[in-house]
Amino acid sequence: MDDPNTLETYDWIAVALVYGLPILGLIFFGFIGAYVERRHYAALRIREAATARLPIMTARTLETGRLVADARLVATEVMISHDYFKRFLAQLRNLFGGRIRSYDTLLDRARREALLRLKEQCPDASIIANLRLETLCVTTSRRNSIVGVELIAYGTAIRYA
Amino acid sequence: MTPPVLNDIVLTNLETVPGRQIIEHYGLVSGSTVRAKHVGRDIAASLKNLVGGELRGYTELLQESRAESTARMVAQARALGANAVVNIRYSTSSVAQGAAELYAYGTAVKIA
Repeated sequence: MDDPNTLETYDWIAVALVYGLPILGLIFFGFIGAYVERRHYAALRIREAATARLPIMTARTLETGRLVADARLVATEVMISHDYFKRFLAQLRNLFGGRIRSYDTLLDRARREALLRLKEQCPDASIIANLRLETLCVTTSRRNSIVGVELIAYGTAIRYA
Repeated sequence: MTPPVLNDIVLTNLETVPGRQIIEHYGLVSGSTVRAKHVGRDIAASLKNLVGGELRGYTELLQESRAESTARMVAQARALGANAVVNIRYSTSSVAQGAAELYAYGTAVKIA
């Protein structure tokens, strides 16, 4: 009879599946996530260059004294999430505390995307005044929960006469 | 993506409507919706969540609830006889696990 303390081949397969699959998943989704993020940043840079002409300000009043032809509320929202690998890094960081670097790019991407969408809604505007950003949730790293940022950006698009 | 602008009511989050004169104040108008994530969207989103990026289902949900609460606020303003809502703010609060409230409020005014 086999010694119960030695591992058989099928035991090794089980061990490999139990521990190997999550690690493989981390690597696989980490690479895809990094690719998705790089592509998003490239798109952001192009779109930002295209809309650079339209300024956004947080001031509530216009002091230019110029005639205003049109003013209307513009609002947009965006929800961006983390990839599996970065979520794992963030959870790890939660154990020791400190700055979670992987959230930096997440928040940065979400805010830049929201501002761009705002600008793209009103291409004929001269300025967007009184910008407000409302962040809904960075979901906590509960198991199986969605981790991401939800943003609402709004302001008043003004077109000078 | 259509902005929540209705032709007869001017919406702005400035304190005044630029280039127009406020002739009457009607006070606070508001609208709110509580939204929850439905299971189908949650499953699709958790798959997309593996690679990261935008979760469109959630963005749309947010968009719908903002449009809804804005529409309710505008309906109140219209009932008061206003033709503009100024100083609009959006605010959110989480009511329960998986549900969030989106609240829009502003001041209904008449502009000339």
